[in-house]
Amino acid sequence: MTGESSEAPAAASASAGLEPWEVFRQEKEGGPMVHGGSVLAPDAELAVHYARELYGRRQESVRLWVVRRADVHDLSDPDLLQPPLDRSFKKPSGYVMRDKLAAARARSGAAKRSASDR
Amino acid sequence: MTDPLALEPILPAAERRALHFNDAGLPHDARHDAFVEHLQRGGSIEATDWMPDEYRTSVLRFVEMHANSELMGVLPERDWIMRAPTLRRKLALTAKIQDEVGHAQLLYRVAEDLGKPREAMFDDLLAGRTKFHNVFHYPTRSWGDVGVIAWLVDAAAIVAQQALTDSSYAPYARTMRKICWEESVHIRHGLDVVVTLVNGTEAQRAMVQEALERWWGPLMQMHGPRSDRATDRDLFWRIKAKTSEELRQEFLGIYVPRILELGLRIPDPELRLDASDGTWRYTEPDWAELRAVVTGRGPASADRIAFRRLNRDEQAWVRDTVLATGRAAA
Repeated sequence: MTGESSEAPAAASASAGLEPWEVFRQEKEGGPMVHGGSVLAPDAELAVHYARELYGRRQESVRLWVVRRADVHDLSDPDLLQPPLDRSFKKPSGYVMRDKLAAARARSGAAKRSASDR
Repeated sequence: MTDPLALEPILPAAERRALHFNDAGLPHDARHDAFVEHLQRGGSIEATDWMPDEYRTSVLRFVEMHANSELMGVLPERDWIMRAPTLRRKLALTAKIQDEVGHAQLLYRVAEDLGKPREAMFDDLLAGRTKFHNVFHYPTRSWGDVGVIAWLVDAAAIVAQQALTDSSYAPYARTMRKICWEESVHIRHGLDVVVTLVNGTEAQRAMVQEALERWWGPLMQMHGPRSDRATDRDLFWRIKAKTSEELRQEFLGIYVPRILELGLRIPDPELRLDASDGTWRYTEPDWAELRAVVTGRGPASADRIAFRRLNRDEQAWVRDTVLATGRAAA
């Protein structure tokens, strides 16, 4: 499964006591926390300082989060997230009933309604 | 009731996002083929995905060169902070320099995740084992140069960087989107400097015209010699999307009219738009000069590297302090 298959020499900088921290930023109050990038730092305090320099220098963020990369758990298995079976019944677009509605209206004698009715 | 598990899959296999190359159970060749197929379908790669060595080293080389260019690119501009004509210009120039160093930090971070420690990248840069963009190997002679660099060198760079926002290596593509957003401010700053000069005295107009003449050659060389689409490995891996010639044509198409409308003269008698095929004709750039310059034999190469070395030595105590914090925490 994705996430553990990397063959990157990830320990390259870890020996120096540095580790990657993922940075999330909020553009405006009430908005979602969106992943911005990452910084390499020895602890959370410096990670926050680096994040401020790189992701908050131009007033483009109202809030930043830093999260130790090792604390992020990844799920990208398509069998679980993009299953191959028809899931259209879970979406509004899965219910196409224009013809059925027209038939029902014709049957009840009601006039055709506006074109926006499907 | 229908048993949902008994339904036929309705999505064809090709439309499903199955990253088979991450399956450690497959033989190497099968993973490699799945990886190439994923890229050819327009797929993206994350730092945590499996990748062939050639892909990893190619992305690393590309990003490292870009990071080096951002870091070295601030040195010609740094020379002008104290000489900038007004306080607002000093502030803008300082902010631009801070941005470019920030870009270097972002890009070195992307490169580090591919497996090369930052210290090794700095060592290689100082030893001349890795390169940085040709335009940063030249000295700056006047305030006109600062305007031309911020406007046209950044414009030529942004044409290339815009094309990299589609890179197959997603952490790089995301970083480029952030960088392009910041660069657009630099271009405005540069244009503002140039427009102010062309509206000025005869001496100011001459200054910016001379600067354009000095920088035109390096600008035309900047994207590199034409390459063959079929054999360019960086295109094959979709690390970049466009050839050097496509980038140069795009740059000329946008910026030649903007340069001319300011009453500036472009120092190339051959430059013209060929109406028959819509491409720009120009005097062949001096590729021997480009090769010499990027291998450290440019007019300011030695000075820039020496300054970078001095800078690194003087800041060693900061790195030592940070790393000591890390070791204590570990």
